Amino acid sequence: MFKRRSSLRGPEGLYGWLFTAPMIIILGLFLFAPILMALYVSFTNWNGNGSPFVAGPNAQFVGTKNYTDLFTRDGLTRTAFMQSISNIFYYVLLVVPIQTVIALLLALLVNSRALKAKGFFRTAFYFPSVTSAVAISTVFLFIFGNSGAVNAFLGWFGINGPQWFNDGRGLLNMLLSAIGLDGSKAGWGQHEVLGQTVWQWLSGPSVAMTVVIILVIWTTSGTFMLMFLAALQDVPPEVDEAAALDGATGLRKLLTVTLPMIKPTLFMVLTLGLIGSWQVFDQIYVMGKGNPNGTTLSPAFLSYQTGFADLRYGVGAAMSFILFLIIIVCTMLQRFLLRDKDVRRSRRRQPAVALADQPAGVTK
Amino acid sequence: MSTRVSPITRICVYLALVAFAVLFIYPFFVQIATSFKTDADATNNPLSLIPNPFSMAAWRSMFDPSAAAHVPMTTWLFNSVLVASVVTVSRVFFDSLAGYALSRLRFPGRGLVFALVVGIMAVPGVALLIPKFLMVNYLGIYNTYAAMIMPLMIDAAGVFIMKQFFDSVPVSIEEAARMDGAGIFRTFWSVVLPMARPALITLTILSFQGSWNEFTHYLVVTDGTTGHQTLVTGLASLASGQLGAGTQYPLKLGAALLTTIPVAVLFFIFQRYFVRGANEGAEKG
Repeated sequence: MFKRRSSLRGPEGLYGWLFTAPMIIILGLFLFAPILMALYVSFTNWNGNGSPFVAGPNAQFVGTKNYTDLFTRDGLTRTAFMQSISNIFYYVLLVVPIQTVIALLLALLVNSRALKAKGFFRTAFYFPSVTSAVAISTVFLFIFGNSGAVNAFLGWFGINGPQWFNDGRGLLNMLLSAIGLDGSKAGWGQHEVLGQTVWQWLSGPSVAMTVVIILVIWTTSGTFMLMFLAALQDVPPEVDEAAALDGATGLRKLLTVTLPMIKPTLFMVLTLGLIGSWQVFDQIYVMGKGNPNGTTLSPAFLSYQTGFADLRYGVGAAMSFILFLIIIVCTMLQRFLLRDKDVRRSRRRQPAVALADQPAGVTK
Repeated sequence: MSTRVSPITRICVYLALVAFAVLFIYPFFVQIATSFKTDADATNNPLSLIPNPFSMAAWRSMFDPSAAAHVPMTTWLFNSVLVASVVTVSRVFFDSLAGYALSRLRFPGRGLVFALVVGIMAVPGVALLIPKFLMVNYLGIYNTYAAMIMPLMIDAAGVFIMKQFFDSVPVSIEEAARMDGAGIFRTFWSVVLPMARPALITLTILSFQGSWNEFTHYLVVTDGTTGHQTLVTGLASLASGQLGAGTQYPLKLGAALLTTIPVAVLFFIFQRYFVRGANEGAEKG
């Protein structure tokens, strides 16, 4: 018997490698090797001419200069990079909590027992997530345009809507000014930190960036709603009944009974949102390209622009590696938060490993 | 339970749901309606869902080469269909091949290969723009279909989904086939794959949707001229104002609509597979 088994297993070694060979070749050639190539380029000042791997006037080896300059050398590059970091910070700060709350709210609504037409609502909320980010951004360009639907709608109430895509004023700046803390002239606001004034660091998202934020929340909530819905449907009915017997209802039940039950999913949605938010690119490309005044720059878009438009591939690559590191740290955080999930839960509901390559619609 | 829900609560729930549904669906109706408007009508009545006057100008611009403000829609469509089809077929085949090997075949290094697949899934796509360009350039395939297709032919997430699927299927049927003398590839092709239909459908949909909606990859491996533009990259250049002048909203939204339709149709037919895909995506690991 042993002999027969081993002869059966015999060619498996060969076939194992044969079956995985296409994957190893493609991922090696277009993922692994390119990362190493880009790592090298990030230590050069390649300008797009000739080969980046032949030392010469087009691609001198500059060591870690591209990295250190981003943090220490005064200049336009550092200012733009720091602005993109500041932009994405406020972006993440708004997108992640709001999309999580909306997704949870939608899931709770769709999950209500007495609800008819569950399927219809689920479809309606999920649909934006599966469509092209570029197409949706185009639609939002129109809807938020100067003569678009949003301003027309605001007009019904006598409100003069802003010129959304040309408005670089920061929301936090506006708020601070409104309560008398105007730092645009005052000394404290003009103090410079890492290439930006304190007032610029405190700008908050610009009006233009707010549109991107609204768009992203609108497209991703549906995906996260599905995750919450799956988790809610896993909560045993007895738990609900026990809670009801204890007299827990409404918000109190949500906070003390439901949320603790779906905590792993909550962590997952928060961290997937965090990872996805750092990568925003398509929407920026269509809706702002950094305008106005760099207030819609995201690190991913800045890295692209620095490489492909300014032909400073070394600096662009350095930016993308810093972004890479930040996202990997978020991924680690996710794996850490979800680490003991598999101990408590069945095999089918294993821990979610952070994915950059996410389910439909999380990043797009 | 349902008897305990008061009518007022119920009405509130429905009102909230309907309000959200309108918010989520309305932009798609705007897309359809605006594509049949004139430029002036689109600007003057942005909220209206009824074109007045009804105009086919945007659609003529897309499909009639002699029309004003012509955009090469047929080329974009052709490229999108070509690239998305090849990528989808390739992903379904190679992902399941690799997923099967990682799940079933015992070979030295399997654990390492699988660990690498899981690791690769954590690599953020937007950090790969310059890297991909460098490799495509190095291989001398910049601005070709090969550059658009080859890097997308296999994806780690798809391999992962298939591996998880095969892990959940009992091994006995395959062993019977193998006992009967079928070779490993033969067993995979005629016994395993037919059983994997639900997973294959999910993978097909995810692959088509992914490659159809893909933007950044095509952006960095082609030079942005018509020859290798897909609907998505073409629309991006149209929307961000690189083509033509003026707002041209009916034209832009018409192109956006065409970009949305194929995935929308797939979505409505195979909805439950989309849902499964989203949840599997979340449960990877």
